[in-house]
Amino acid sequence: MKLDIVSANRLSDGRVVYLTRDDGWSESIIDGRTAATKEEGTALLADADRAVADGIIVSPYLVSMADDGGAFAPLHFRERIRLFGPKTDRATSQPAGRVA
Amino acid sequence: MYRYDEFDHAFVHQRVAQFRDQVARRLTGELSEDEFKPLRLMNGLYLQLHAYMLRVAIPYGTLSSRQMRRLAHIARRYDKGFGHITTRQNIQYNWIQLTEVPDLLAELAEVEMHAIQTSGNCIRNVTADHFAGAAADEIEDPRVWCEIIRQWSTLHPEFSFLPRKFKIAVSGAVSDRAALRVHDIGLQLCHNDAGEIGFEVMVGGGQGRTPMLAKTIREFLPKAELLSYLESILRVYNQLGRRDNIYKARIKILVHEIGVETLAKMVEAEWHQVREGFTDLPQDEVARIERYFAPPPFDPAAGSDTGLDAARRGDSAFDRWLEQNVDAHKQPGYAIATISLKPEGGVPGDIDAEQMDAVADLAERFSFDELRATHQQNLVLPHVRKRDLYALWQGLKAHGLATANRGLIGDIIACPGMDYCSLATARSIPVAQAISTRFQDLARQKDIGDLRLNISGCINACGHHHVGHIGILGLEKKGVENYQITLGGRADGKAAIGAIIGPAFSADDIVGAVETVVDTYIDLRQTGEPFIDAYARLGREPFKERLYATH
Repeated sequence: MKLDIVSANRLSDGRVVYLTRDDGWSESIIDGRTAATKEEGTALLADADRAVADGIIVSPYLVSMADDGGAFAPLHFRERIRLFGPKTDRATSQPAGRVA
Repeated sequence: MYRYDEFDHAFVHQRVAQFRDQVARRLTGELSEDEFKPLRLMNGLYLQLHAYMLRVAIPYGTLSSRQMRRLAHIARRYDKGFGHITTRQNIQYNWIQLTEVPDLLAELAEVEMHAIQTSGNCIRNVTADHFAGAAADEIEDPRVWCEIIRQWSTLHPEFSFLPRKFKIAVSGAVSDRAALRVHDIGLQLCHNDAGEIGFEVMVGGGQGRTPMLAKTIREFLPKAELLSYLESILRVYNQLGRRDNIYKARIKILVHEIGVETLAKMVEAEWHQVREGFTDLPQDEVARIERYFAPPPFDPAAGSDTGLDAARRGDSAFDRWLEQNVDAHKQPGYAIATISLKPEGGVPGDIDAEQMDAVADLAERFSFDELRATHQQNLVLPHVRKRDLYALWQGLKAHGLATANRGLIGDIIACPGMDYCSLATARSIPVAQAISTRFQDLARQKDIGDLRLNISGCINACGHHHVGHIGILGLEKKGVENYQITLGGRADGKAAIGAIIGPAFSADDIVGAVETVVDTYIDLRQTGEPFIDAYARLGREPFKERLYATH
């Protein structure tokens, strides 16, 4: 099954955020509010546009997620990189992302 | 080194104050993102995948220890403790917060640094031979003219909204270490038949989706007339460069469409008019700027120094570093030391704050307080007394900066790719790390010999893949990262664009494919024949045959 959520960058620091079920913005994708239909996706983007007008976030868009009852993760590798970060964590010199 | 005058100080501080106000207005909602975006880009601030990225200019790659320490401070205070040296001799910070940028820029301004014109459709930071002022094969120090171009082009009202970005590189040496032929304008200092020094002017080079080599439009331009001639080129481009299609907006497309002879004639005609009312730089002003680039106080007795040979014999690792990373200096008794930012399995061009401080200390101690950033994403200490090289190497080694791989396969150029960049179509850093790890044995690297391997994470080619002996271009195909190989590119005086060898490889297969290319070369090379010469002799067929034999 495919679901959509809204992602954007936070205006103040540019960090990746997701629109939450309580109309806030979280760095955790788990909090993301999902849309199963085109109409629900349009409603999500309308809420996101209000956050743009309020100066909270920049450039919102829909991200397609795989939801097979287990892993809840973006379908596209670009979005997985946005979610998990660069492959190498400079602070530890260890692989950070879980992107294959 | 050049030091700001009152004008420089004033305008940089004014720009910080202006941008502080613009950021405040953005945060309060007075400015929309559409209104703010061009303003932040004019100050080198991009919004990337994970955060804001700030690109700080290092004019012609030259900086002092004081400036490097400030860059280290910026990394600690405003980022995650590191920076990334770019292929345009700049430094980028990847984890910047918009709210902190005005304070960051104010701290940069205190050490005569800024991020102006590191983005946007303007004349970008002028780049130069990273051995400028030191190279044994140098005709004249190009940085004097880089600085003159910097002053002329900074906030130039006529050239702040060009059809597209514009890059100028200058070299004063016989060997082209500045990749002149892949710049919008390449300037090569040279002699004419009368023995006078001037410029060969090349126009219309660039990489990106349509790679082209710059063509010479003037064999010899007197130095005194450089600015009026540059102004003429920019005027022709500004008038005729396409603004309707971003992919056809660079001057290389104009040169291609109207032909180099036509462009040269138009520039000469424009120059004829421009010179009428143009005030060339007064000789006094040229002399004033030249004084900033006067050679440091070398010890004339240094040529008689001894002890280096004993150190080489006593430490084989030092001997390898000396052979690979140290170049001849114009001053007897001195040498040029390249600090590789390509450790085994590392991220090309990355340097952490502690390393920046260490390099600043070593530059102060051993290189007259001067260092350079290279377009190959390394650093250089340009003026090291030979007898100090062993102590320098020990200091570098203590900070993980003594990798002896300059110019070898481990010395990879790589753009940030999709790990950071919002334009990227694939990652380049993990591929660079995997290749670096596969070829970690320095003895093997040395046996392979001179080999430039460049990786870009998209067609924009920030990783200079078109001019790598082996180039790798990361692309997306049906939601999966794929990597295309090009062979035969080079950025030196024999500049060439690499040819695509065949279908792309998966992320899992690309390292093995590179190894196949290298092994093919090893099998077929003649004694002492470098990779690029072997490729020129053999052509791509034997490589293609091996690469795709099992596919």
